[in-house]
Amino acid sequence: MRRVVVTGLGVICAAGNNREEFWAALKAGRSGVRPLACSEASKLRFPNGAEVAGYDPLQHFEPRQVDLLDRFAQFAAVAGREAVRDSGIEFTGRARQRTAIVTGCCVGGQSTEDAGFIELYQKGLPRVHPMTIPRIMSNAGASFLSTEFGLTGPVFTVSTACASSNHAMGQALWMIRSGMVDAAITGGSEAIFSYGFLKAWEAMRVVSPDTCRPFSKDRKGLILGEGGAMLVLETLEAAKARGARIYGEFAGFGMSSDAYHITQPTVEGPAAAIQAALEDAGLAPEPVGYINAHGTGTLANDVTETRAIRAVFGAHASKVAVSSTKSMHGHALGAAGAVEAVATLMALQDGVVPPTANYTAPDPECDLDVVPNAARECQVEAALSNAFAFGGLNAVLAFRREPPGRN
Amino acid sequence: MPDDFVQRLIQCIAKTQHIPAENITIDSSFEQLGIDSLDGINILFALENEFGVNIPDNAAQQVKTIRDMAQGVYQLMEAQQAQPQAQ
Repeated sequence: MRRVVVTGLGVICAAGNNREEFWAALKAGRSGVRPLACSEASKLRFPNGAEVAGYDPLQHFEPRQVDLLDRFAQFAAVAGREAVRDSGIEFTGRARQRTAIVTGCCVGGQSTEDAGFIELYQKGLPRVHPMTIPRIMSNAGASFLSTEFGLTGPVFTVSTACASSNHAMGQALWMIRSGMVDAAITGGSEAIFSYGFLKAWEAMRVVSPDTCRPFSKDRKGLILGEGGAMLVLETLEAAKARGARIYGEFAGFGMSSDAYHITQPTVEGPAAAIQAALEDAGLAPEPVGYINAHGTGTLANDVTETRAIRAVFGAHASKVAVSSTKSMHGHALGAAGAVEAVATLMALQDGVVPPTANYTAPDPECDLDVVPNAARECQVEAALSNAFAFGGLNAVLAFRREPPGRN
Repeated sequence: MPDDFVQRLIQCIAKTQHIPAENITIDSSFEQLGIDSLDGINILFALENEFGVNIPDNAAQQVKTIRDMAQGVYQLMEAQQAQPQAQ
């Protein structure tokens, strides 16, 4: 079986506009939750969000490209370019057919859709912009990266709500492992700050009126986020052969479905996905020193996730550092898993576990070591990253540290 | 609370839940009626539209029975009538 490693990382989100900024913010426990920029913010029950700050599309794209790319697709492209640059990988000859792109996205071009329908329904105009369809489609980011790097192999997008990018990255892992391809650009992106979509979240009554406090007694819900993150995956042999920096081994992937309720989570479903990821990675619970939790900060998630971790890890559960970095970059839905995979890999590589920010008071029902407010120097051997979606779909990634001297 | 208000509220819940209004009384609990958290937000949405009120999230989280719900909505309506200029 081929071993798969991560050699490139790219990210743009509220916590930082590239990998270095992102990791510096996470290590400092600095939250990217800020007042919403949208002009209708006063008409919403929640005033805050985790939006990408200081973003100018023209710093990244030609005007003609901007016309074709919704914000979510731009984030995929920005993160994908950074990951490729970071890895130093080159796509020439046969590598172009032997590299996959698998991205996750929950809702596609929300702001494009909103703007088009305002023209139609509100302003009474007879037509919408002809680029509306290519901007809305959830695969727009993947298709852009395919063209940008001339990659002609398997390119597709997975949509499973908040687990989208974990499902995408898991698929890419298995495609390389099986020999279908030799490398992949994989992750996800999302840009959801349109008034219509924010109103839809308001109606769900799960968004916090102040900030995101995962696992904290006084948590009041999630904070919506946006962004993109991408990983470059390749085989261990190929990475070693070209002397690439290895962030860690992408050791396993597990998924499950609750088969229970469209929004209420179970303990059994997430536990089954965690267990499956460990088995796929050939990992016992003990080497796992860090879990990047789904940790949305809702009343329901944080309790069931705590129970699911306890169900799988037993006595070892209390020795695992578990943090939710959503406290700093918000819940980026279809991009969440990818952003959190970057955090998890940086934790493995840097020997620092990022904290759960905004934490105020312990909740006896969330009695794990949640690394409150301050990062911790701690070299873990293996780490998991959880994503549990509405619809009861669970996807968990397992990463292992590449021991020094092995490359 | 006036009887016609309670009846209107029960009708609204019955319609949202696709259950006969006869099955619902002011003393029914959500548990008895099989109303889960997602049904709950569906009902709140219907009641906001029916009675022209805006139900805050923190108030919504504490509601467990039809009586809680009726009292909450009725108080919001009264507060709104007392301040006709308020949003």
